[in-house]
Amino acid sequence: MLTLYTRRRLINAITLSISVLAMLFGLFWLGWILLTLLVHGLPGLSLTLFTQMTPPPGSDGGLLNAIVGSLLMTLLGTLIGTPIGILAGTYLAEFGQRGWLAPVTRFINDVLLSAPSIVIGLFIYEVYVTKVRHFSGWAGALALSILVIPVVIRTTENMLRLVPNTLREAAASLGAPQWKVINFVTLRAAKAGIITGVLLAVARISGETAPLLFTALNNQFWNSNMNTPMSNLPVIIFEYAMSPYDDWQQLAWAASLLITFSVLALNIVARVLFRQSATTH
Amino acid sequence: MNDEIANAPKLVVRNLNFYYGSYLALKDINLDIPEKMVTAFIGPSGCGKSTLLRTFNRMYELYPKQKATGEILPDGNNILSVKQDLNNLRAKIGMVFQKPTPFPMSIYDNIAFGVKLYEQMNRHDMDDRVEWALKKAALWNEVKDKLKQSGMGLSGGQQQRLCIARAIAVKPQVLLLDEPTSALDPISTAHIEKLIDELKEEFTIVIVTHNMQQAARVSDFTAYMYLGDLIEFGDTSTVFTNPKRKETEDYITGRFG
Repeated sequence: MLTLYTRRRLINAITLSISVLAMLFGLFWLGWILLTLLVHGLPGLSLTLFTQMTPPPGSDGGLLNAIVGSLLMTLLGTLIGTPIGILAGTYLAEFGQRGWLAPVTRFINDVLLSAPSIVIGLFIYEVYVTKVRHFSGWAGALALSILVIPVVIRTTENMLRLVPNTLREAAASLGAPQWKVINFVTLRAAKAGIITGVLLAVARISGETAPLLFTALNNQFWNSNMNTPMSNLPVIIFEYAMSPYDDWQQLAWAASLLITFSVLALNIVARVLFRQSATTH
Repeated sequence: MNDEIANAPKLVVRNLNFYYGSYLALKDINLDIPEKMVTAFIGPSGCGKSTLLRTFNRMYELYPKQKATGEILPDGNNILSVKQDLNNLRAKIGMVFQKPTPFPMSIYDNIAFGVKLYEQMNRHDMDDRVEWALKKAALWNEVKDKLKQSGMGLSGGQQQRLCIARAIAVKPQVLLLDEPTSALDPISTAHIEKLIDELKEEFTIVIVTHNMQQAARVSDFTAYMYLGDLIEFGDTSTVFTNPKRKETEDYITGRFG
C-alpha cells in the first residue's frame, strides 16, 4: 500500500516538474521577445509617431498613415468577416445535424483556418487586384476578412455547442420557432464566447503582413481612400526593418511594439470578457 | 389517498411506438391521462418514462433519427400527424425540465418571452401576467424587487420555480414535468410539490419522477413502466398499496430497481 502510494506521489512530482519546466521554457521566449521589443521599441516611442507620416530616409517622421491604414483595414476586414462567420457558425451548430453540407463546410473551414496567409494574399491579388489593376485598401481589407471568417466560424460553432441542449428544448417547449430560439436564447447565451472569438480574430489579423503585401501594398503619404494603395504597420515593419537606415529601423521597432502590445491588450480584454461572462452566467 | 375517480381523459395515447434510430424504446403504449389531475410515470432508469413524456409535445423532433408512431389525441386530433403545427402544439403543452433552464435574460423577460410569442399585449397587461405567473409559482415574494435582474442569479430552487412560472405564463392546457425536483434540495422540493398540488386545479399535469414517495405524494394516477412497456396504470393508491402486477409490486417494495 505504502509503496504504491509513494510511487504515485513520486510520479506526480516528476510530471509536475516537467510540466512546470515546459511552461517556463515557453514563457521564457515570450518574455525575451517582449523584452527585446521594449528595449528597442521604447526609445522610438514619441508623440510624432502618431502625428507624422512615414518619412523618407534621413528625415523625421512618424507612423500616422500606417496606423490609420492598419486600423481601417483591420476594422473593415472584421466588419466584412464577422457577420459571415457568425452566420455560418450558427448554421453549423444549429442546423448542421442533418445532411452532407455541414460536415463538408466544417472540413473546408478547417482547411481555411490553417491556410498560409500568403496564399490568401495571392488569391485576392489574382481575383481582385489584377482585375482592377491597382493595389488598394479594399483588397487588403478583403484579404483580412478571409482570415477572419474561419476563426469566427470555428469559435461561434464551438460556443453555441457549449450551450446546453436543455436550454434549446426549454425555449422550443414554449412554442418558440427555431429562429427565435437561436436569436433570443442560444446566441445570447453564447454571446461572450463569440465576442471573444471576434476579438481573437482581430488580434490575429492586426499582425498579418503577407496578405497585405500583394493587396494593400504601401503608401508613404496620408491616405484614407480605401481605393488606393494603403500604408499599414506590418508592411512598414517588413520594409523598414530590412532597410539599411537607422531611423527607419527605429520606426520598425516602434511599430512592432505598437502592434504587439495592442494585440496583447486585445487578448487580455477578450479573456476578461470571457471570464466575466463565465461567472455571471 | 382514496381511490380517485378519473376526470375525462385529456391525452389519449393509442398504440404508441417510439424509435431511437432502429431501437424500439416505447412498445405499443396505450394510456388515458385524465384532465386536471396529476399523472406520474415511475420506473427504473431507461424504462422510457421521459421518452413517453417527450412525445406529448414532440420534443424529440429536435433530434434527427427519433420518431414516434401511433396516436396521441388531445381533443380528438392526433398530434403525431405531420399536419400538426409543432409550435402551436408546444404552446398548449408546456414543459419543465430536470435541470433548471433559465434563459440568459432578466427574470421578467424570462416569463414574457413565451407570452409574447402568441399574445400581443400592452406593458400593463404583461406586468400583470408576469406577476400572476410568479405568484402561481410561489416565487413572487422572493423576486418582486429584482425583476430586472438576470434569472441566472437565482438559486437552483428559485430557478426551477421560475421555469414553472414561465411554462404556466403562456397558459398551456397540459404541463409536463420531467423530474422537476431531482436537482433540488428537500425544501425546494417541498415547495414544488405543494405547487403541483395547487396547479392541478387549472392544468393537466404529467410528472416523471425517480422518487416513488414523490409519486405517491403528488399524483392521482401512476403509470409504472419497464423497458419500454407500460406495465401498470391506475389510480395511485391502488398502484402503491395493491398493485395488480407482480413487477410493479417488486419495484415499489424495493425488491427490484
